[in-house]
Amino acid sequence: MTKVSMVVNGVSVTAEAEGRTLLSAYLREGLGLTGTHVGCDTSQCGACVVHVDGVAVKSCSVFAQDVASAAVTTIEGMANEDGSLGVVQQAFQDHHGLQCGFCTPGMVMSASALLATNPRPTEAEVRHGLEGNICRCTGYHNIVKAVLAASGQTAIAAE
Amino acid sequence: MPKDHGIGASMKRREDIRFLTGAGHYTDDIALHGQTYAVFVRSNVAHGRIVSVGTEAAKGMPGVLATFSGEDFKDVGGNPAGWLIKSRNGEPMREPKRPVLAHGKVRHVGDAYAAVVAETYNQAKDAAQAIADASVIEELTAVVNMATALADKSNRVHDEIPDNECFDWGWIEDNRAAVDAAIKAAPHVTTLELINNRLVPNAMEPRASIGEYYPGTGDYKLTTTSQNPHLTRLLVAAFVLGIPENKLTVVSPDVGGGFGSKIYHYGEEALVLAAAKKLKRPVRWTAERSESFLTDAHGRDHVTKIELACEKDGTFIAFRTETMANVGAYLSNFATVTPTFLHGTLMAGPYKVPNVYVNVKAVFTNTAPVDAYRGAGRPEATYSLERVVDKMCRELGLDPFEVRRKNFITPDMFPYTTPVALAYDIGNYQATLDKAVQLADVAGFEARRVASATKGKLRGLGLSTWIEACGIAPSALVGMLGARVGLYDAATVRVNATGNVSVMVGAHSHGQSHETVFAQIVADKFGIPEGAVEIVHGDTSKIPFGMGSYGSRSLAVCGQAMSNACDKVITKGRKIAAHMLEAVEGEILFKDGVFTVSGTNRSKTFGEIAFSAYVPHNYPLATLEPGLEETAFYDPANFTYPAGAYICEVEVDEGTGHVEVTAFTCADDFGNVMNPMVVEGQVHGGVVQGIGQALLELGVYDETGQLLTGTYMDYAMPRADDVPFVTVDHSCATPCTHNALGVKGCGEAGAIGSPPAVVNAVIDALSRAGKGVTHIDMPLTPSRVWSAMNA
Repeated sequence: MTKVSMVVNGVSVTAEAEGRTLLSAYLREGLGLTGTHVGCDTSQCGACVVHVDGVAVKSCSVFAQDVASAAVTTIEGMANEDGSLGVVQQAFQDHHGLQCGFCTPGMVMSASALLATNPRPTEAEVRHGLEGNICRCTGYHNIVKAVLAASGQTAIAAE
Repeated sequence: MPKDHGIGASMKRREDIRFLTGAGHYTDDIALHGQTYAVFVRSNVAHGRIVSVGTEAAKGMPGVLATFSGEDFKDVGGNPAGWLIKSRNGEPMREPKRPVLAHGKVRHVGDAYAAVVAETYNQAKDAAQAIADASVIEELTAVVNMATALADKSNRVHDEIPDNECFDWGWIEDNRAAVDAAIKAAPHVTTLELINNRLVPNAMEPRASIGEYYPGTGDYKLTTTSQNPHLTRLLVAAFVLGIPENKLTVVSPDVGGGFGSKIYHYGEEALVLAAAKKLKRPVRWTAERSESFLTDAHGRDHVTKIELACEKDGTFIAFRTETMANVGAYLSNFATVTPTFLHGTLMAGPYKVPNVYVNVKAVFTNTAPVDAYRGAGRPEATYSLERVVDKMCRELGLDPFEVRRKNFITPDMFPYTTPVALAYDIGNYQATLDKAVQLADVAGFEARRVASATKGKLRGLGLSTWIEACGIAPSALVGMLGARVGLYDAATVRVNATGNVSVMVGAHSHGQSHETVFAQIVADKFGIPEGAVEIVHGDTSKIPFGMGSYGSRSLAVCGQAMSNACDKVITKGRKIAAHMLEAVEGEILFKDGVFTVSGTNRSKTFGEIAFSAYVPHNYPLATLEPGLEETAFYDPANFTYPAGAYICEVEVDEGTGHVEVTAFTCADDFGNVMNPMVVEGQVHGGVVQGIGQALLELGVYDETGQLLTGTYMDYAMPRADDVPFVTVDHSCATPCTHNALGVKGCGEAGAIGSPPAVVNAVIDALSRAGKGVTHIDMPLTPSRVWSAMNA
């Protein structure tokens, strides 16, 4: 075990990690940030997506030691400073973009990263951009609506 | 103006705040002082005799605390089937014991035959590998194919069951001769052989369980990913481990989807409890996704031959089906009711067909257990019916819309008893079909088809008109049919002293939005703000004995129990108000949260009555108990019968066989709707699961019983770019006649109605292009569609 430090949600943190400890396990077990979910262990479902230095990353596919000293943002860091929901989070609630909530953190993180690089995506671009995140509940309908709404495209979001 | 609160309002969900901020509370999120980790040793062969289990190899390895094998559980109970089915000859089904850990034989890849508990997860994982390496399993020939399983009596999944048959069921056996005669005499018979493809449920949260034991009191606690904590408590306590129910608490906190797969009790739950008692420390286990693929109960897996007999004008005369239903290696809890009473009883569809006979043979194989998955039997029935109706229309050159209209049970015919023994209470199948035709712009299809053709795409349109039965009941009837449990539900409404309300419900929400929608109903009943109502679920130490959530039953059964409990509270409130207002009870009106003496302005608010009930200084103590808390158990008089019409449009790429769903339209009758936003979300999700079944998903075992589709690289889940927006309507509502809320249930509809609509659309596209294709088995992958076109 060695101590691994990074900046998570703006706070400098340190926790122990083996060489084989994944970033997802470091966040969940090392730091108690259980909002990042593990749905498949094999980097295919996207429930564990976080931002590493601003880029969406599946945290089950990265060793914690390999992102030492990086700036990591998790779902726990997505609300506004006053605790209110951020724009993407609020759009997910407004448009019923979640049901059981398990894939939701990864969806929000992927959607936020998508909008950061493409602020006004088309429906097709949203669907393509979320292709790495599996949701079994919503049929994606309201997730796509929420992301379009979060981009300010209310006309499309209302169909 | 749409309502902004109460029944019928699209209120935003309160549970979203925690899910959107990472504050959800799922089983694997829980960390306990002194916790230990269990890892299971699973068979890597489909069928084998356990010669020796190498638990000794783990002893002394770093962190190892305990090991277990089937030997440790051979004297405790088995995990039972919840429904006793009788074969046509009157014999009871074959029920092999399903042990906590395999003993004697392993019967499917993933069958756990040992377990190890260690200080850390990685230590347990390493020790489990050592046990696997040291164990000797003599591989036997696997029984995988159902027809072979029935024919080859020399090869047995369970040594005591010679032909691998669980049961051979006829519904209704007395119908058989008349149905056979009607088919023989009919002017036209359409026959279709089809496969309802094996699915892996894939709730996004893997199963997880934590066992705790408190030596001071002898109490146990199981935290687990269950859709029905009380049912799990009953099974694990009373049937498997023999723990008194009052010494076991089962908690299902936030649960990340179920779709049926988390109804059932699994051996891992018993193991963590037994291990916790042995070690006097918490023992936790969370499935890896590969364990979910190998051991969560799978869905569907029917092989069916269906015959439709009709007049030349398409008037139905008879339906007859023969089905082989795979139950896998062991009977999961609902495995026997799913292909029988949840399937055969729906085989009349929404049609006034006079003759129906259903035969189902359930077959043991060396594969994972198969059980109810979203829709559970009803998708299988709907798929068989709607595909054969479509094929008949093509054979006779009839319009599929008109054939449905001609055969629908009409609104004046309710209540209507079908030849397969269901009594439909109400519906309007014409209305939903008309609405779907309008919303899908069927009139504009030809123009769209031409436009597709100019792009080189074959466009098709498919229809499915479906019905299902939800809220299975009454208990006395299902008991006669073999159910070993009741199917009521329960709710306790506790009005607290300051007028806010705690509602403890037997239903469990794992995506269904109960915390929001149930609060809307209670707030509406009491005339108080939703914010004053808290919904409590998922903890057997807090909630009354209810049966949980599956089969679209939460609202129609538990919701009605909750509504009834509210009525009891209001009745008591009237008595309290009458005393306080010096009136007689019959004069007290209750409206918008205020008790008023009729014809006067004398009144007491809901909060004043609650306070008086708990501080009974001015209170009729001689005739009325203090407090304001009521429980209602509700056992429905009948099933509910949601129904609807689904229309799918597809474009087929002639060069590759790729199918794109370009539009999907649903017109559903769910009766009264409590929260339209939530109902629409349920339909969106169900439809996409159905599109997944129709186009993408297939659980594949090879001939040796290895699961070839054990990861998301091999099992194709629908992703965002595989599906379109789904058009949803629920305006053609005929309120259920036998529950006061007038509700029917909406959770499974999308998954029931959609697969045949998709397949019918593809066949339509190919037919219009003259490809001569009459059927393709699901999933309609590019390879299968291309091969069919180029056969």
